[in-house]
Amino acid sequence: MNGEVRNCRGEAPALELPSYRDQSPAVRERLARLRRRPVLLEVEGLGKTFATAQGPVTALRDINFKTRRREFVCVIGPSGCGKSTLIRILAGLESHDSGRVLLDGKAVAGPGPDRGMVFQGYTLFPWLTVKKNVMFGLEMAGRGRLAAEEEAMQWIDLVGLNKFARCYPHQLSGGMKQRVAIARALANQPRILLMDEPFGALDAQTRARMQAYLMEIWANIDITIVFITHDLDEAVFLADRILVLKAHPGEVSELIEVPVAQPRRPEQLLAPEFLATRRHIEKLIHPPAAEPGLNEDQLNMVRMVSVKDEVGSVF
Amino acid sequence: MSGSPWFAVRASLPPRARRVTGMMSFVLPLLLWSLVSYVPWIWHPQVAITDPGSVTYLRPGMQLERAAFAAEVARAQQQRRAPPVGYAANPIYLPAPHEVARAFYTAFTDPPQRRSEKWLHESLWESIQVIFWGFVLSSLIGVPLGILAGTFDFVSRLFEPFVEFFRYLPAPAFGALAVAILGIYQAPKIAIIFIGTFFQQVLVVANTTRKLDPTLLEAAQTLGARNPALLLRVVIPGIVTDLFRDMRVLLGWAWTYLIVAELIGTSSGITWFITQQARYKNFDNVYAAIMMIGIIGLATDLLLAWLGRRIFPWQKTAARG
Ligand SMILES: Nc1ncnc2c1ncn2[C@@H]1O[C@H](COP(=O)(O)OP(=O)(O)OP(=O)(O)O)[C@@H](O)[C@H]1O
Ligand SMILES: [Mg+2]
Repeated sequence: MNGEVRNCRGEAPALELPSYRDQSPAVRERLARLRRRPVLLEVEGLGKTFATAQGPVTALRDINFKTRRREFVCVIGPSGCGKSTLIRILAGLESHDSGRVLLDGKAVAGPGPDRGMVFQGYTLFPWLTVKKNVMFGLEMAGRGRLAAEEEAMQWIDLVGLNKFARCYPHQLSGGMKQRVAIARALANQPRILLMDEPFGALDAQTRARMQAYLMEIWANIDITIVFITHDLDEAVFLADRILVLKAHPGEVSELIEVPVAQPRRPEQLLAPEFLATRRHIEKLIHPPAAEPGLNEDQLNMVRMVSVKDEVGSVF
Repeated sequence: MSGSPWFAVRASLPPRARRVTGMMSFVLPLLLWSLVSYVPWIWHPQVAITDPGSVTYLRPGMQLERAAFAAEVARAQQQRRAPPVGYAANPIYLPAPHEVARAFYTAFTDPPQRRSEKWLHESLWESIQVIFWGFVLSSLIGVPLGILAGTFDFVSRLFEPFVEFFRYLPAPAFGALAVAILGIYQAPKIAIIFIGTFFQQVLVVANTTRKLDPTLLEAAQTLGARNPALLLRVVIPGIVTDLFRDMRVLLGWAWTYLIVAELIGTSSGITWFITQQARYKNFDNVYAAIMMIGIIGLATDLLLAWLGRRIFPWQKTAARG
């Protein structure tokens, strides 16, 4: 059912929707509590410019936001707005030109095990079994072999892959691989989990299932999640707050508090507050074309089927 | 279901067809060779004399061009003398398959005809030792250096320009130098194999290392891996299958340098065996020796490929029968 809803993009214009700012008392109360939690991640005036052959490209400009403990933040924006660049800077995989990134009040310098990362391309080590993949970070942290093994098995259990502990990554499906990648990142018990379009390569059903898994994991362990996606439904379904970026240069367009009650259930994909939020973000990301002549989405189509053809029209 | 399975782009053949085709790749050349050798009207540009007749300069067993033979016959008939008799034959540098097979067999059973000669397998054993040591010494330095150069820009900048330059110097050019420094026995030969292999090896291994998916390194870093672990636990296992394949290719190149290596200092080994047999016009022995090299090369390669599948169980190709 999840997949069905996803496909009827914005098909409720006749419906009178509330404003996405309207919050039910329960939601308002929860978000107020969230705001009282200690700040975990702080991004201040972050800027990044790439030097390319065509001249400098400003990927990010003056990004500011705070993430609180155990919050689920989604980052969304048009393609090329610098989402990946942002998360790579948070992970310490990319340098930045201005501003600063603080985790627990300390400036981030280089990659480290306190910030786990899950990539779209799985990035499991193909030469290691599932178990050894999950053990990797634990061994890097200096855990003994037996202790690491035991701990790894707990995480593998958590993502429901005990039966596959001795398999190699190439024997797993995409969804399973991504579960291993999540287990591997979580095994290090990072402060924050950074995810760059982790479910982007999965089919609709698997993706919905993975979203449910992730919500369950998030609810049960002490982890803060920054999740990049270009899927509006995914963002609204998962996030406490959504950071909407705009492109050229990448800047914060709006930080939206999602008015959908927690814990989330698939039925909420049809709730009015869900649809209202979704529609608002859609307007932010794809503003109505200013001049119809310049709309680059328009194809220059001419009729290429004879009117007299047996199937003259598809309608 | 359009098109035949034989020419489906990038799809593997059905198992039976695969086996048959693989066999054909050996059977077809053999068939061609047999046709040329045994069917008298295919090629056979010469005539082997059985009876010289009245022609004084001919001897039984001698071979001469067909045109020359025809001229002699015509002349003899014109002068009403006995014409020479012979049968169509191929030049002696192309012996028939059965002759080569016999030479191949007798190489192991009959002692060499001349005192100075060595048994085929003795020569071969010398060659294998030269190759082995040259290749092992080169790999001991070349592989670690290549991996470091592929991983650290510093090492790459420091060594690669020189290696790149040295690569263009032909290994044989160092023959005289190697003899002057290392004497006339095995050492200079090993040195030539080393020079021929080493510089290519560094560059090939460095490139293979660079092809490692960088996101694997990034993932490892976000899991807390730092420098020595990054190299030992990610880079090396990440490239080891490709490295193994590179080594198989490089080993093939080492064999090519053998030809040069064995001609310097005191000539020895399989190349020397071949040169000498060719000088005595024992071309069946020449072919037998060449084939021996081929068989050893192919056998080593198959062995390594099989070993690779055993020691790298994560390779997808391992699943294929
Ligand atoms: N290494 C790089 N060198 C030069 N330019 C880069 C580099 N990485 C990113 N960019 C540029 O920075 C901008 C932002 O890229 P980024 O990959 O962060 O976008 P994104 O929002 O993740 O896009 P997508 O939705 O397609 O994944 C783009 O214009 C891109 O061309
Ligand atoms: Mg991206």
